[in-house]
Amino acid sequence: MVEFTTVENLIKSHLDDAIVKIHDLTGTADHLSILIISDAFKGKILIDQHQMIMDILKEKLGTNEIHAVQLKTLTKEKAQAKGLME
Amino acid sequence: MSNDNNPFNILGSEKVPVAGGTPVNETDRSLPLEERIKSLLASSEILLFMKGTPDMPMCGFSANVVSILNAVNVSYKTFNILEDMDIRQGLKEYSNWPTFPQLYVKGKLIGGNDIIMEMYEDGELVEIFK
Repeated sequence: MVEFTTVENLIKSHLDDAIVKIHDLTGTADHLSILIISDAFKGKILIDQHQMIMDILKEKLGTNEIHAVQLKTLTKEKAQAKGLME
Repeated sequence: MSNDNNPFNILGSEKVPVAGGTPVNETDRSLPLEERIKSLLASSEILLFMKGTPDMPMCGFSANVVSILNAVNVSYKTFNILEDMDIRQGLKEYSNWPTFPQLYVKGKLIGGNDIIMEMYEDGELVEIFK
């Protein structure tokens, strides 16, 4: 179980332009779906974007505060194209 | 093979796969694990580590990636990790990726089911095979 603001701040401390949206998949606050929009993903293929985030979350996953995550990573341009941000 | 008779064509592709996947077996198991992984990865340009085989996938996510690869009509090799626990465990550490299936293109991990699905839907997957 983890505070969502802690996760959001942790990601933002590495990617300062990030827009982070977290959803609780199971109601137990340890299976999370996380949407991250950041230009730090520019020019990186999807797996590298996901691994950047998994590296950031490593400590939280290691202690089992977060049990599982589903990631969605987008650059700002892609998020706009998909209508996920203005 | 007609799509009507193909239970793994869950994406409903109009294209009849002609390329498809071929299971591979490793020949030399005496080498150190990292050497074995590297030589496997070097053995084919598109390599899917999966549970089961293209004809008989043993996991829904593996079946899904197989049907995506068939839908984009590339020729690829597959390795059944259920038959090799050393490779199964070793690959997780080698690529810092905890789950299967894992798709490699030119020796680089491209993704598991979620990523491959998203890249396929966004048209990015075909770009990787060019």
